[in-house]
Amino acid sequence: MSQLPTHTVDKPKGRGKKVFNRVLILVILAAIYVWAFAGIEEFEIKETAGQISKAIFDGIIHPDWAFVNEEEGLIFGLIDTLAISILGTFISAILTIPFGFWAASRKDKSGFFVTGLGRFVLSFIRVFPEVVLAIIFIKAVGPGSFAGVLALGLHSIGMLGKLFAEEVEAIDHGPREALIATGANRIQVLVYSVLPQVLPGFISYTLYRFELNVRGASILGIIGAGGIGAPLIFALTSRNWPRVGVILLGIIVLVSAIDLISGYLRKKIV
Amino acid sequence: MSQPPKKTIPKPPTRIKHYLTAAIVLVLLALSYIQTGSSFMDLITNRDQMASLVIDMFPPDWAYFEKIIEPMLETIRMAVIGTTFGAIISVPVILLCANNVNRIPWISYPARFVLNLIRTVPELLLAAIFVAIFGLGMIPGIFALTIFSVGIIAKLTYESVEGIDKGPMEAMTAVGANKVQWITFAIIPQAAAYFVSYVLYTFEVNIRAAAILGLVGAGGIGLYYDSNLGFLNYPRVNTLIIATLAVVLIIDFVSNKLREKLL
Repeated sequence: MSQLPTHTVDKPKGRGKKVFNRVLILVILAAIYVWAFAGIEEFEIKETAGQISKAIFDGIIHPDWAFVNEEEGLIFGLIDTLAISILGTFISAILTIPFGFWAASRKDKSGFFVTGLGRFVLSFIRVFPEVVLAIIFIKAVGPGSFAGVLALGLHSIGMLGKLFAEEVEAIDHGPREALIATGANRIQVLVYSVLPQVLPGFISYTLYRFELNVRGASILGIIGAGGIGAPLIFALTSRNWPRVGVILLGIIVLVSAIDLISGYLRKKIV
Repeated sequence: MSQPPKKTIPKPPTRIKHYLTAAIVLVLLALSYIQTGSSFMDLITNRDQMASLVIDMFPPDWAYFEKIIEPMLETIRMAVIGTTFGAIISVPVILLCANNVNRIPWISYPARFVLNLIRTVPELLLAAIFVAIFGLGMIPGIFALTIFSVGIIAKLTYESVEGIDKGPMEAMTAVGANKVQWITFAIIPQAAAYFVSYVLYTFEVNIRAAAILGLVGAGGIGLYYDSNLGFLNYPRVNTLIIATLAVVLIIDFVSNKLREKLL
């Protein structure tokens, strides 16, 4: 065997700092977990838990099919849920367009009032859970689907605005400059250079938000804002598990179908 | 130029498809408008009521802050624990779902199907079911958040894992690594940053979700929203909103900074 090469490699520098950082992160994480688990209430499984789980499982396996075609039954509730999310998404998409342009950062005039404030307003809107918004709208327009529509319409602006702004930031400035060079006015520039570039993105994000809104609309009924949530919470509180089962199946089928359709459309658009 | 310019103007592409799409969307909107019994006139006629509601919220009940600190911390605890358990359960789920790790399609496709099923169930509904099983309190909230987190973390991470570099995997196979070594040295180093980033993102989502779980009795600040709105105590509602806003904004900020460092 030939002689093995003997040369030493210096230890990489800055290792101590890296180790220190890791230890620091571990200590912080450990502290967070100790705090979190110390505050947890005592976990005791009630004797009835097993029975109830079995009842729920039975209910889900043997759904209450009669509820499907009842008046104000499953089909009605699901259509209501769908209608709330369609209208809510549309309203938010229209309202979001100015927000999207407001919160986008631009090379020339980005500053506190144009980008910063817009972003802050959007995160402010995002913080309100749709359920809390729905409770407030119920006070204003009375219980029913319309309160749900308004809640989704307002809540969705927060997320859509952020996505729209990113889309506006990513546009190619070439067409805009070309139009300005030919003497187009501001509206013409907007219609022929900016809109064609942002529209596919806007529509795609709106569809994505629509998927989320269908899920959101399915629980709004829990607080009285229309949709399938109302019969669901009645069935839950009266422990009518077969009915819970059929509603659960209905929600799963509706959400999956919407996801499929919307996903297909989004693929075609972008 | 060798070719003379063409005299004919090309026909503009047909627009029938666009008109059809617009018509379908309009019909859907009209039907939805009727179905939901929406009336924007109502909104306009009730604007005084809305305005008075907002005016009633001011000034916020600052003294109430002291009382909601504990439920607020409870909300954060629920989110921390739910996200952690969700992250732990996600690891095997990710390995089962990613088709470059698990090459057996009749395991990976059913696993993905179950994952999609989980994601269709809203977290408030999960919480309501767990409240029925375990009774009121934090525990059902934690269970609901755990399942909800698995849906998000596993889905996002397995998609990232499918996009990782094949080189290290092939190298590990070439040196004869067993499956565990193969995962530890080829997959985890590449996927860890994504995974941590998505866990942090899920934590942000969970804080928002945990804030409303109390509405169905699953612990946290949501219960206080419900009771104060029920008693029409709007200054207190405003205090709750401000507290939630502060917590969410702080956690979003910290988590965003950490995620920027990771990726």
